[in-house]
Amino acid sequence: MANNGILQGSFFMDGDTACAEGALAAGCRFFGGYPITPATEIAERMVLRLPQVDGTYIQMEDEIASMNAVLGASWGGARAMTATSGPGFSLMMENLGLGIMTETPCVVVNVQRGGPSTGMPTLVGQGDMMQARWGSHGDYEIIALAPSSPQELFDLTIRAFNLAEKYRTPVLVMTDETVGHMSERVIIPPPEEIEHYPRRKPDVPPSADYLPYKSEPNSVPPMACAGDGYRVHVTGLTHNEKGYPDTVNLDVQQQMLERLINKIQHNKDDIIELHEDQVEGADIVVVAYGISARTAARPIRLAREMGLKVGLLKLVTVWPFAEERIRELAPKIKAFVVPEINMGQIVLEVERCAAGQTETILVPHAGGGLHKTKDVLATIKKFA
Amino acid sequence: MSRQEIRLSGFGGQGIMTAAHILGKAAALFDQRNVTLTKSYGPESRGGASSALVIMADEDIDYPLLTKLDLLVTMSQEAYTKYIGELSSGGLLIIDRDLVQLDQPRDDIEVRSIPSTRIAADELGRKIVANIVMLGFLAANTDAISKDGLKESVLKSIPKGTEKLNISAFETGYGYGSQ
Repeated sequence: MANNGILQGSFFMDGDTACAEGALAAGCRFFGGYPITPATEIAERMVLRLPQVDGTYIQMEDEIASMNAVLGASWGGARAMTATSGPGFSLMMENLGLGIMTETPCVVVNVQRGGPSTGMPTLVGQGDMMQARWGSHGDYEIIALAPSSPQELFDLTIRAFNLAEKYRTPVLVMTDETVGHMSERVIIPPPEEIEHYPRRKPDVPPSADYLPYKSEPNSVPPMACAGDGYRVHVTGLTHNEKGYPDTVNLDVQQQMLERLINKIQHNKDDIIELHEDQVEGADIVVVAYGISARTAARPIRLAREMGLKVGLLKLVTVWPFAEERIRELAPKIKAFVVPEINMGQIVLEVERCAAGQTETILVPHAGGGLHKTKDVLATIKKFA
Repeated sequence: MSRQEIRLSGFGGQGIMTAAHILGKAAALFDQRNVTLTKSYGPESRGGASSALVIMADEDIDYPLLTKLDLLVTMSQEAYTKYIGELSSGGLLIIDRDLVQLDQPRDDIEVRSIPSTRIAADELGRKIVANIVMLGFLAANTDAISKDGLKESVLKSIPKGTEKLNISAFETGYGYGSQ
């Protein structure tokens, strides 16, 4: 362990633990949450570790309060997170919207399990992917990342904190029970190799002229937190550049909402991360994310051994969606094949962007397990 | 070495999960191989058959669950009954011979046995290290894992003050397997 209490070196740990360690390495010093399988190990690790780095762990009464505690901690100046699974994610939806509206940087981890409702607490699912995009009311953009291994869960948790600060928005890490509970080698680099995007503070002195929600060129205003000396009004109501509620002025709503959406839409090149393997020249492109991108590698390898041209397009960033890349590929290939552990969610996005220029084929799984290699392989062979 | 899949199984409280973690850690950190460990996580982890799967490979591990079981270690009758069918032809079965009756004999597998729980209780005075005795026995019976790496991993994984007991358990199991 390095002197500052952050781990460094090679470890054999499960994904949930790696997630917690990634958060700590990213500077997270507040966790507000409520235990739920299969995310409990993240909370357990934070209970142990946060006091060692002068951080704070609070077990709240439920996930509604957890989400609010996280927003409050962020406005208090901390890098803050929570972790949950489906049922808790549902409860967090209302205040996730508050975080988006108040432009509050924070990280929400969803270790997905089988659903709906309490579903299959101990088994894998990917059924919350559309909820991640649209689960809170109103109109907005969101950032969501999907790891395929404990190492990626570590790395992407760090990236989530940095994106949250850069774009002043909640960022979702959409992992799953399999990745959360499997143990693998996780390499934690020295602190100087870990990216740290600092919170941008106002560059003007506290005065009546300070505009906490001023629209800047990249559309992300600096953030004055409690104790910084600025007068800041934080509200979920539609607000003007000063942060004051103005709930009947359509121009204010238009300007505010456009900025909330554009700060993500206009920076998609920075936010979207894709891993491509032999996509150029492929007849079939498998589009997958999280654990399903990993299990897809095997049928893809077997198909290639049969002489088929198959590529893998892994969505590391699921939201915002990689529209341009799908549009670009669609006219060049015979089909997109989309395995996901739900009955068809991200496939709808692929199909929308393919716009009839190629086939888009779902390989569904109701949840509780991973795709069988033969099922994905059969679909690839059918359309190749 | 290409992909190898090892299942450790028994009942809750025998230290199966701990043994699996030690095995996985040894391969990942000391032998520098790719390793994926998954554990049974349902109600069965609170009694009944408990199991963990350790996959080791030099290449990337794409599919992280069972594809072809090469080695089954089992320390309970229930786990034996549940998992014996998974063991691939030509595979190796390792049992605690006092706790497992081979009532489903197969002529396409190899069997090695050790009274690991009895050795832990009678020779070492602590039944709790039966899992470490079994790890030592495992190391003597497979080239999937290096003895030194596994021993190092045992030392790095146990509570302070128990080094002597655990290394003694490991060496006893190894010695039994080398006879």
